[in-house]
Amino acid sequence: MTDAHTLHTEQLSLGYGDRVVVDSLDLTIPTGRITTIVGANACGKSTLLRAMARLLAPRNGRVVLDGKDLHRLPTKEVARTLGLLPQSPIAPEGIAVADLVGRGRHPHQKVFARWSREDEAAVLSALEATGTTELADRSVDELSGGQRQRVWIAMALAQQTDLLLLDEPTTFLDVTHQIEVLDLLTDLNRQRGTTIVMVLHDLNLAARYADHLIAVAGGALHAAGSPADVLTAATVREVFGLESEVVADPTSGKPMMLPIGRYHARQVQPATATATEASG
Amino acid sequence: MSVGAIAAGRSRRLAKRRTVIGALVVAVIGMYAVTLMVGQTFYSPGDVARVIAGQTVPGASFTVGELRLPRATLAILTGIAFALGGATFQTMLRNPLASPDIIGISHGASAAAVFAITVLTVSGAAVSFVAIVASLATAMAIYVLSFRDGVVGTRLILIGIGIAAMLQSVVSYLLIRASTWDLQVAMRWITGSINGASWSLALPLVCAVVVLGGILLAHSRQLELLQLGDESASALGVRVERTRLVVIVAAVGLIAFATAAAGPIAFVAFLSGPIAARLVGPTGSVLVPAALVGALLVLTADLLGQFAFGTRYPVGVITGVLGAPYLVYLLIRTNRAGGSL
Repeated sequence: MTDAHTLHTEQLSLGYGDRVVVDSLDLTIPTGRITTIVGANACGKSTLLRAMARLLAPRNGRVVLDGKDLHRLPTKEVARTLGLLPQSPIAPEGIAVADLVGRGRHPHQKVFARWSREDEAAVLSALEATGTTELADRSVDELSGGQRQRVWIAMALAQQTDLLLLDEPTTFLDVTHQIEVLDLLTDLNRQRGTTIVMVLHDLNLAARYADHLIAVAGGALHAAGSPADVLTAATVREVFGLESEVVADPTSGKPMMLPIGRYHARQVQPATATATEASG
Repeated sequence: MSVGAIAAGRSRRLAKRRTVIGALVVAVIGMYAVTLMVGQTFYSPGDVARVIAGQTVPGASFTVGELRLPRATLAILTGIAFALGGATFQTMLRNPLASPDIIGISHGASAAAVFAITVLTVSGAAVSFVAIVASLATAMAIYVLSFRDGVVGTRLILIGIGIAAMLQSVVSYLLIRASTWDLQVAMRWITGSINGASWSLALPLVCAVVVLGGILLAHSRQLELLQLGDESASALGVRVERTRLVVIVAAVGLIAFATAAAGPIAFVAFLSGPIAARLVGPTGSVLVPAALVGALLVLTADLLGQFAFGTRYPVGVITGVLGAPYLVYLLIRTNRAGGSL
């Protein structure tokens, strides 16, 4: 990746109809890192991602890509820099995997241009990176949920953008496939330097895979920084209204949140428990 | 796997598409030739070729040159126009039921034309003009009525079906109070017929097919990307709202011009896209094969309507008979799948 692209928001306000969803948000996406956005339902995290992907025009403020107002840039130019995997993309009936992935080449093609060797190479490399090469000639309809998600990621990869936004890429997947998809995205980040921004539901996976964690509450930025700084019992209480213990995950050393519900909790003070676990 | 293997798979899929398109082109040309030769009197391919070349052949010059040639040409043009308009709507809204002849756009043209004939007592080009304006207005009304935070296919289809029913009752009302003479003329606007074919009817349609059809073909890639959903399409660099507007206007224009020339030939718009998709498979745009299927449908149905039965039926009756079972099949299939529309 030759030049590093930058993405940030300035005083960004977003909404639908009369409803303001995000209010005066200043946010910087670190280049070449993995950023995950977490927050309660309807806190505005998906709306924020939509605005950063140019799907939603700001009420106020702006999204800035490489120093320019994102909503004033030509659509195709944006599509060469910034890719998006929406929450529920639709596959046309019967389409072959290679053809679907090939559609990711659109921003690079001229109006009546023919399919080029370069397009073919990009498709192959996207299939290889996502481990879907063997599926190339299969119909997307026949694939499992996990395979299908990898194919959609392959389509986004064929677009060859330095920035990739994903809206809950692990929803509807079982735990094995969730990890598979997140590992794949980490590969992309580590090997190609792709800047990744994703909305995730699962706090623990978000903390584990993020270099940069953003917690959004009520349409405003609550906290942003390294997962260790952001994912604390206090943040969970303020953002989700949930009592929890945060301990170091024994596998990765990243913070891990354990919710305390009204049942099943041992009769210990959350504060002491955290201290014991952390020292041990 | 290598670049070559991926490319091989792609060209295999494209090869099937090319074969089918080639076969359709041959079939259309063949049926066109048959239509020119067959009739009350049979003329040999040689006679037909001489007439087309501009030579005078006794008998054939009039029958082939003045009657059959404009008729067959109009059949091809209306077939292409209806099919392109229908397939565009079906692709864009990802639903085979979203065809202009199901969601009321053709009905708008019919109702306006019948109104112009029976109440305003105008004729000829004026009727066509009113029909074209009315289909655009109907399309706009359906779009506005179904707009709520964007347009959802299902809502648009249901509202369209409602509008179609309304317009149909307007037509019935107008026909009841029409005079016998007007009734004859007005009937063409209900069943669809190319009996009155002439070069002057075909000419505006030629322009419409070239210009509006060209616009649709130029947008075929964007149309394919819209199938992935608005968000994906936009992320891949498609200007979604602008594309949708251009494509809708072009498609409605084609339907309107075709309806003005031949009346709403039943189900051609509705059938051509799905038949073409079934034939070529999911690789590439459906527009070109759909246009060919449309042309073939109208040519064949008109030939059958004229000569297969004791009485001569207008082409719309034949396509109607073909299309109705498919509509029922689609409704049963969606119902079985447990989905809504």
